[in-house]
Amino acid sequence: MEKFTTHTGRAVPLRRSNVDTDQIIPAHWLKKVTRSGFEDGLFEAWRKDESFILNQPERAGATVLLAGPEFGTGSSREHAVWALQNYGFAAVISSRFADIFRGNSLKNGLLTVLLPQETVERLWALTEADPTAEITVDLEAREVRADGIVAAFELDDNVRWRLLNGLDDISITLRNEPDIAAFEATRPTFKPRTLPVA
Amino acid sequence: MGRTLAEKVWDDHVVRHAEGEPDLLYIDLHLLHEVTSPQAFDGLRLAGRKVRRTDLTIATEDHNTPTVDIDKPIADPVSRVQLETLRRNAAEFGVRIHSLGDVEQGVVHVVGPQLGLTQPGTTVVCGDSHTSTHGAFGALAFGIGTSQVEHVLATQTLPLAPFRTMAITVEGELPEGVTAKDLILAIITRIGTGGGQGYVLEYRGSAIRSLSMEARMTVCNMSIEAGARAGMIAPDRTTFDYLQGRPHAPKGEDWDAAVAYWETLVTDDDAVFDHEIFIDATELTPFVTWGTNPGQGAPLGASVPDPASFADPSERTAAENALKYMGLQAGTPLREVKVDAVFVGSCTNGRIEDLRAAAAVVEGRQVADGVRMLVVPGSVRVALQAIEEGLDKVFTAAGAEWRHAGCSMCLGMNPDQLAPGERCASTSNRNFEGRQGKGGRTHLVSPQVAAATAVLGHLAAPSDLSADINAEV
Repeated sequence: MEKFTTHTGRAVPLRRSNVDTDQIIPAHWLKKVTRSGFEDGLFEAWRKDESFILNQPERAGATVLLAGPEFGTGSSREHAVWALQNYGFAAVISSRFADIFRGNSLKNGLLTVLLPQETVERLWALTEADPTAEITVDLEAREVRADGIVAAFELDDNVRWRLLNGLDDISITLRNEPDIAAFEATRPTFKPRTLPVA
Repeated sequence: MGRTLAEKVWDDHVVRHAEGEPDLLYIDLHLLHEVTSPQAFDGLRLAGRKVRRTDLTIATEDHNTPTVDIDKPIADPVSRVQLETLRRNAAEFGVRIHSLGDVEQGVVHVVGPQLGLTQPGTTVVCGDSHTSTHGAFGALAFGIGTSQVEHVLATQTLPLAPFRTMAITVEGELPEGVTAKDLILAIITRIGTGGGQGYVLEYRGSAIRSLSMEARMTVCNMSIEAGARAGMIAPDRTTFDYLQGRPHAPKGEDWDAAVAYWETLVTDDDAVFDHEIFIDATELTPFVTWGTNPGQGAPLGASVPDPASFADPSERTAAENALKYMGLQAGTPLREVKVDAVFVGSCTNGRIEDLRAAAAVVEGRQVADGVRMLVVPGSVRVALQAIEEGLDKVFTAAGAEWRHAGCSMCLGMNPDQLAPGERCASTSNRNFEGRQGKGGRTHLVSPQVAAATAVLGHLAAPSDLSADINAEV
């Protein structure tokens, strides 16, 4: 995972609630067996509409998605995160994220920032009025900054530390391998095993 | 202070607890399917890692598998590559797999329970959000992303953030014709698609205790549609009876030890939930969705709501968008909504009881002209049981299509899809835009409502058919 410290970029204001992961990346894209190449599938159905915000030329190259509440509901597909990243997004801001999507995003270095809905509304207003307006997402300071707006956000210390350092969860866990082995030695014999039974 | 069921299961799986770090939890059972695992196996290969516990891991093919002509090569080359990738990964890493054509193949959340692998007090994960299904057994079961799939493959553990607890207490008897599906749809409409966010839900009360295991799985399955981390039901005699004798259920002394442990898996009387809601089962009626998220539902007897009736501006906009997409007018009675297709199946309602319920409604009747009804068993075992009971004949005699097991039209990753603009009454779990095929329109319903809808051609309950039963007699 790449480190995330601070990011500045233009925004795409997406005024829609309950954007589920089927909208972010439709199921037929999930047949791919790689983590890349999902950018054309991002919001595929909506992009067929020329007036969709992502199709507007002034939004080309934007890297911060300003999403409505309940972003990322539904399927656990991590492809939704890859699609956003493949397209070029570095951060998503919303007042509410679905749990699995949020977990997936933070494991891939896509920073999902929780801000109060009224702050999201202000950022929407700012970036709708001025597509060139830039937003800075500063993980070190835990702060989102834009013209006339400074908003602090919360993020678990441990998650932040992993993002700032670009650390891989598995290698962190494997440092505690003796704990896992010790736990395994205490598991009751009645626990299920998947090996074929006679 | 007492602990809730979820807290007990969590506590029993903590491998490592340290201040300022997420708890590291041990995972008892890891289920895999072809869609969310290839990148995880790639990750293992790149890092030179193995699957730590192949004996706690099992794979099945379900999302991409065709439901007709399963003996022929899979037509879609991309689907075929994905299935072949799973087969190759399973062989390389030593993971048990049930491929298309195998008697244990089927939807991953149907296969785990029927093998007896899903047991009370276990932690169960899968790269699939409907893993919440397994909570019906008193397991702590949740969907994970592919990064976490790789993590579990490599370490058999997951670092997890703490959760909050919510009790959903349902008292009273469900009225005739009202099912577990109606109950969970009503719950989601009440608390919203984000109402369960951060929570593990515990369904309790007399209405829940009287549900069969199949029905409990239907309820827990859709916990994710309320945004919950997981949904659980305390194990009881119904659970133990379901499990006893299944291939992977404990045997002999292990069975006795297991039951003794399982009986402790109840929320203590003095435990405190972070949030509680109460539902009167006797007030429920058949419930259907009218919109494009599972929280946009209403009793079948109601009408399509007017977006202006929603006080919250984002809900109002969502309702406006939904009616536009669904091609519905506010004020139209839901019973007047005509359908083109009916889908009976999925990890929500693809088990034997669901097929029995749908068959009982269509038996001796015909699917309406212009309506296509697909019946897709959740697993090969379910299909075989249904065939033994003659249910396949009931469906085909009524004009429905009897298919092979898989996820099928729940998400249309295989050829089973709606055409643009087509409307479907579906026993699945998601009515998202395009979920069942580009431009397709989905109404989530129970198997009984699906079957009655197939016969009448518009959204309907079995009670709407009683008049014509009498006429036939």
